[in-house]
Amino acid sequence: MSRLLRKTGSALLSGIGAVLLVSVFLDLVPGDPIDAILGEQAQEADREALRRALHLDEPLATRLWIFARDAATLELRSSVPPFQDRVFDRIGEALPNTALLAGCALLVALAFALPLGLLAGSRPGGKLDAAASGFAVAGVAIPRIWLGPLLILVFAIHLDWLPVSGLEEPAGLVLPSFTLGIALAAFLARMIRASLLEATSQDYVRTARAKGLRERTVILKHALRNALLPVLTVLGLQLGSLLGGAVITEKVFNYPGMGTLLLQAIDRRDYDMARACVLTFTLAYVLVSLLTDLAYAAADPRVREGR
Amino acid sequence: MSEGAAPLEIPSAAPAAARAGWRPLVRGIGPRTGLAIVVALCAVAALAPLLGAGDPTAISLAEELVPPGPDHPLGTAENGVDVLAQLVYGARISLLVGLLATLVSAVVGTLAGTIGAYRGGAVDEVLVRVIDVLLAFPGILLAIFITSVLGPSLWNVIFALCATGWTGYARLARAQVLALRDRDFVHAARAMGASTPRIVLRHLVPNLLGPVVVQATFGIPGAMLAEASLSFLGLGVPPGTPSWGALIDQGTQYLMIAPHVALFPGLAIALSVLGFNLLGDGLRDRLDPRRR
Repeated sequence: MSRLLRKTGSALLSGIGAVLLVSVFLDLVPGDPIDAILGEQAQEADREALRRALHLDEPLATRLWIFARDAATLELRSSVPPFQDRVFDRIGEALPNTALLAGCALLVALAFALPLGLLAGSRPGGKLDAAASGFAVAGVAIPRIWLGPLLILVFAIHLDWLPVSGLEEPAGLVLPSFTLGIALAAFLARMIRASLLEATSQDYVRTARAKGLRERTVILKHALRNALLPVLTVLGLQLGSLLGGAVITEKVFNYPGMGTLLLQAIDRRDYDMARACVLTFTLAYVLVSLLTDLAYAAADPRVREGR
Repeated sequence: MSEGAAPLEIPSAAPAAARAGWRPLVRGIGPRTGLAIVVALCAVAALAPLLGAGDPTAISLAEELVPPGPDHPLGTAENGVDVLAQLVYGARISLLVGLLATLVSAVVGTLAGTIGAYRGGAVDEVLVRVIDVLLAFPGILLAIFITSVLGPSLWNVIFALCATGWTGYARLARAQVLALRDRDFVHAARAMGASTPRIVLRHLVPNLLGPVVVQATFGIPGAMLAEASLSFLGLGVPPGTPSWGALIDQGTQYLMIAPHVALFPGLAIALSVLGFNLLGDGLRDRLDPRRR
């Protein structure tokens, strides 16, 4: 339990550090949001007034304090028009969409990786192994910015089987989820294969085989459980890259999620919105790492009992 | 300690790379294919003006978005720009970003990790904290931020990729040095009076080269993919520079009428990444001691 608390603490610190880092970077933006809002011909008096209203005349530390206070009380508002746009309302709309996309992508990844990795790893050197390796190598190499348009071209335009994207019907999630999930599927299939090979070379597997158990029982009951432990760790780390990939995928499919919100905020120089988006991404990532840790403890009695 | 004052040279443990020699390094059909793709890619990038692909920015409004044909083997894009010429010159940008970002990340990360682990104490503590913060959100997100702040330019893209890229090498080097620093040859070198820079550079870093080279081989395609993604978002190289990612971005607007514009640059990226990954697999099997 204390291990979990310690991990939570250090994860939160990292999150705050990340937001600080991003704030300092954003402060270095050459363009002034005032120009973007009022245009370059605006009167100096109006510019001053707006600058004061946005607290842009304050030093960075003060602005960070105001941001932290508004964020903590969920009062944060957009720092460019429309000013009344409540940041957390927008994030509240976008975050579930991104979570849905990432969750579906994870399902796609597991649906491909588990059977492929298992089949390849239980008969190394066979034809299936070669095919699975081919998929693993190709899947990692295909860029999402290309796979997305390719899938749209084939399945939405030529075959007309699926909508491009959209939240109105579940079918609208298929193409974005595949685009986001295939690279992870390829990566995981490789991991599962390697991990299974490692596990099947252990003594307890030899014992199980010597007992005369069927190969299927040996693999599924004895080797798989141990083989999945390292995969779980890697999966937790990879979910971060899934979030990063979601930004790209959302742009490809014009999908209303956190990535779209973030890119929009950057485009409009909406400092507070961008900061809040990064904070949300970071917290999501931290949360996922913690959950992975918990899942690991649940799966491995050695970790659970602190040995 | 100057070279002349060293009567007794302590041999640093010969790195695996030196023992194995270059010839048998790349074996098997996969790694060989990878090597061939990488060599071909480098040749195209280096010889771009000699290949007769033409000017990648030449505008010909009469030939806008024409499909592949005898005049334009891979067709044309917006404003009648030749897709093949864009691909050939885009290879330069892609490789330059991939190689430079990886080289800087690998050197900075390896040195930081080695020094942190060897010195320990506050230096190491700070290093681990900084790495933790940088790993607390997806790397591409930080790259998006940095390039949006600094503006689109080749060097800003490379800087943005290095800003998170070095952490992987630092972690790798740190873990290895923690295991190495109490080995006898390090103690012996210190007893002989070798300075910290000498121990780091002569005794520790050579022992890390195998795994670092392997990681760098996978880092190059990673950086190439990241450059393509940033350019796709309009945050990469400036508009007008031939870039595979930017060409895909342009092509997605014309998927219905001119699918070739998005198709070919994507193939180029996938093939390049595939080549480096296959080569990396081969090198890993040969060079990474943890794999043997």
